[in-house]
Amino acid sequence: MTAAGIITIVVAGILTNNIILSQSVGICPFLGVSKKLDSSIGMGLAVTFVITVASIVCFFLYHYVLVPLNMTYLQTITFILIIASLVQLLDIVLKKTSPALYTSLGVYLALITTNCAVLFTANAGITAEYNLLYTFINALCVGLGFTLALVLMAGIRERLERVHIPKFFQGFPIALIIAGLMSLAFMGFGGLSF
Amino acid sequence: MKIDKQNLKTAAFNGLVNNPVFVLVLGMCPTIAQSTTIANAVGLGLATAFVLVFSNVFISLLRKVIPDKVRLPAYIVIIATFVTLVQMFITSFLPALNESIGAFIPLIVVNCIILGRAEAFASKNDVLSSAVDGLSMGLGFVLSITLLGAVRQALTLAGLEIFSKTAGGFITLGLLMALFNAGMSLYKEMRAKRALYKEAKA
Repeated sequence: MTAAGIITIVVAGILTNNIILSQSVGICPFLGVSKKLDSSIGMGLAVTFVITVASIVCFFLYHYVLVPLNMTYLQTITFILIIASLVQLLDIVLKKTSPALYTSLGVYLALITTNCAVLFTANAGITAEYNLLYTFINALCVGLGFTLALVLMAGIRERLERVHIPKFFQGFPIALIIAGLMSLAFMGFGGLSF
Repeated sequence: MKIDKQNLKTAAFNGLVNNPVFVLVLGMCPTIAQSTTIANAVGLGLATAFVLVFSNVFISLLRKVIPDKVRLPAYIVIIATFVTLVQMFITSFLPALNESIGAFIPLIVVNCIILGRAEAFASKNDVLSSAVDGLSMGLGFVLSITLLGAVRQALTLAGLEIFSKTAGGFITLGLLMALFNAGMSLYKEMRAKRALYKEAKA
């Protein structure tokens, strides 16, 4: 466990291996909730929270329950159930503590369960054989990278509303092309290495 | 059991009319991540189609048993079971494929196409039409992801390295979707014109 290792994980998680723009995971909310800047920040932070907690819970469950019982083939099923219950929990907590955010996230809150970024990060942590600290930092940074991409996209799309777009490109096609250009820009970070 | 022919017909063409990738815009992550080559695209497409057909059949069979309140967790467990089966099959029989698309197989669980069809179709219809719907949707997905894979692989082979990267995936899909929209609107226009012409004739 070294400082360099941690910095590598941080930079990779947020910039060079950005979950959306470089791994192309978690695209549904990226295209779905990126129309308003405010809700995109809330969504990003909610996803960050779920990714972090889910990764840690999955870490414990995998190493202290599934491995000793020799049942690692149940990984996918257990992880998805953990994630679903966490999202349910977040739903209840947000409804009580922050109704404004709750209404603005709407249906997308429940959809965090089927946000593949969560399951992908939990699985990736297990595959990479991270220890607890690395799992935590990795999950947090992946979540922050997700938030960054989402917020950038929302900023661009708010401006896009005032621009004339050719008929056939309206909606998803133009969003995808912008995502492609953003992804190109993020490839520029590829030169960063520690 | 009475077979509803109309229902069956709708189900059979759903994969084209409501194409999961180009019309519904579902299941984007594997579509972009794994369409770098035709082989990867077909592999992941078939794996997804398999899970889609079998989860549709089982959810349709169990639709009267599963209580409404816990239906989503129940669906997810059924889907995850089939995904685990596919995962086991690919790791043991197709190690080369596992190397390239392995990380994306578990993600089939959270592919919105599958849960979407379970919720919108299989939970309300009989087994036969659910199976047909799964097959049609699955083939629609295989076709679109393979098309994307073919375009990207051709462009990569032509020397445009960028199309094998995520950025190229986004851009190719955006352009294909615009093309699909244009084709669809042209088709609709032609149909409207023909209807007008027929009316005038009558």
